[in-house]
Amino acid sequence: MTEGPADQPDQPQYVLRLYVTGSTARSARAIENMRRICEDHLEGRYDLEVVDIYQNPTATIEQQIIAAPTLVKLLPSPLRRIIGDLSNKEKVLAGLDIHLQLDKQLADEG
Amino acid sequence: MTDVAPAPAREAPSLVKAPTGIDGFDDITIGGLPAGRPTLVCGGAGCGKTLLAMTFLVNGAEQFDEPGVFMSFEERAEDLAANVASLGFDIPGLVARGRLMIDHVRVERGEIEETGEYDLEGLFVRLDYAISSVGARRVVLDTVEALFSGFTDTAILRAELRRLFGWLKDQGVTAIITGERGAGQLTRHGLEEYVSDCVILLDNRVEDQITTRRLRIVKYRGSAHGTNEYPFLIDDQGISVLPVTSAGLDHEALSEPVSSGVPGLDAMMATGGYYQGSSVLISGGSGTGKTILAAQFADTTCRRGERCLFFTFEESPEQLVRNVASVGIDLRQHLVRGLLRIEAARPSLFGFEMHLARMIRDVGRFQPAGVVVDPVSAFRGPSFEIQATMLRLVDSLKAGGVTGVFTSLTPAHTMTEADHRISSLMDTWISLLDIEESGERNRGLYVLKSRGMSHSNQIREYRLTEHGVELSRPYVGAGGVLTGSARVLQEAREQAETVRLRQEAEQRRREFERRRTATERQIAELRAALEAEAAEVAMLNEQADLREQTAEQDREAMAARRGAAE
Repeated sequence: MTEGPADQPDQPQYVLRLYVTGSTARSARAIENMRRICEDHLEGRYDLEVVDIYQNPTATIEQQIIAAPTLVKLLPSPLRRIIGDLSNKEKVLAGLDIHLQLDKQLADEG
Repeated sequence: MTDVAPAPAREAPSLVKAPTGIDGFDDITIGGLPAGRPTLVCGGAGCGKTLLAMTFLVNGAEQFDEPGVFMSFEERAEDLAANVASLGFDIPGLVARGRLMIDHVRVERGEIEETGEYDLEGLFVRLDYAISSVGARRVVLDTVEALFSGFTDTAILRAELRRLFGWLKDQGVTAIITGERGAGQLTRHGLEEYVSDCVILLDNRVEDQITTRRLRIVKYRGSAHGTNEYPFLIDDQGISVLPVTSAGLDHEALSEPVSSGVPGLDAMMATGGYYQGSSVLISGGSGTGKTILAAQFADTTCRRGERCLFFTFEESPEQLVRNVASVGIDLRQHLVRGLLRIEAARPSLFGFEMHLARMIRDVGRFQPAGVVVDPVSAFRGPSFEIQATMLRLVDSLKAGGVTGVFTSLTPAHTMTEADHRISSLMDTWISLLDIEESGERNRGLYVLKSRGMSHSNQIREYRLTEHGVELSRPYVGAGGVLTGSARVLQEAREQAETVRLRQEAEQRRREFERRRTATERQIAELRAALEAEAAEVAMLNEQADLREQTAEQDREAMAARRGAAE
């Protein structure tokens, strides 16, 4: 079991890019899901930028985007690509290396 | 009976093709790939899919003014460029000039987490961006199946691939989609289900430790195409496909003679040489001078200022030049002038089909008037395959009016089935023999067959002199052909006989002369005697007349005297 309480002061800063395709329902859903996750778990320590690949196609080459939507975790390393509308919150958190289970456990006990 | 109205003649607009510029490939596909449609190229690892696709793009950009996009799912752009640099493809240059765009799509399973609904719109955006940035008319996706290793939801993937291929069609680009060969189906993930306009299968088979690459067009919707398996070649010149169907028997027969390089041999054929564009087989055992005879043909071809291509499978070019120089044939001068090219390769280097593919390609590029293959017997394999492939070479030479000289290390009487099959393809067959007689081994040559011309049926002795092959004057006596010392002896014997006969005749002439002189003398004597007799006769007559005259006078005188007295 990994240790590390959630309120530790030296928690890493997150740099995130969310690549979406215009204003489709799926894009909107992904943006909404992402915002919520950031507010709930990364408050004050995240930098999220939403990129519309229709407007900025070269970004797909730069960031190796295949699927849409794709959330790229640039920092902290390792680099991760989280694809889909981010509706599976647990998988998103796992992909972001946020240990929800542990947090929950601690909260329940506390 | 229903009266069926005659169906309107289907004037279907013939399918527009995008030429690949690959030797032979455009022949078997009758023009190239279907323009504006995707083509699936499938095959196992290392069978040349990527190279075929890259050649299609580079030729498109350089020769047909059709820029291209190469979307690579496996190799990085730098690696791709490096791999084809040896073929003379300047990928960075094409990229810099905006004729080609390479996009490496990296699919890394470990980096990807699936968290809900998604599609592959990212890929579409990338491809669309690439196509519009160079104005691409050609697209390659190599190998799109790599996506299957990156995404677990195959239902989404398949739907998206179907959409992708449809989208490519809508864009009107000619596309090649490569796929890895799968067990029981053409591609591992059944891409043939989506790309059905044209499917090409590449294969790399090893038989008897020799690899032969083969290409087959499995399907080509709306177009005729060659259906065989065609051997193809990848070497420093790129890809060449050896077409079978493009070789036929519709070549025109040329009636111009070309010299064999040996005056005596030319004289044995009514035309004064081989027919131009014919195929000539020179067969003979070891050391009979087949290569020299072939080299003389090459030499005489180059002397006329025409090009000759010499394929040697037993010697290196240097060795060949040196060896024939020993009999006074200087091939080096022709090499220097660029009229002669010597291509050497070990027969075991690759399968004979590959050799033939290479030869046909080289002939096509060098455009020679004469070709020498020394020897064809170096090729080993099933006889029908050798015949089939030789037939292709012979046909392709004939189609181009190129005279072919083939040597074979098999004396006529010990021929195998394969040799017989080859010989039946040949127009002229010159057989070289070893004649062992009276403790000597001499060389004999005869024209076993020569289609479409009368030719000598003699076996002629020949020698390898410092001026190459020289035919000796034929000796044809009661005892058949004599060679070597036997011939010399026989000739000496005949000469003695001739001398004897001549002496005899001389003697008889002299005898006759003498007798004639004698007879003439006799005639002269007789005539003299006759003349003497005639003179005597005349004298006697005169005397008689005189006497008669005198007697008359006497009588008159007497009478006168009597008269006076009476």
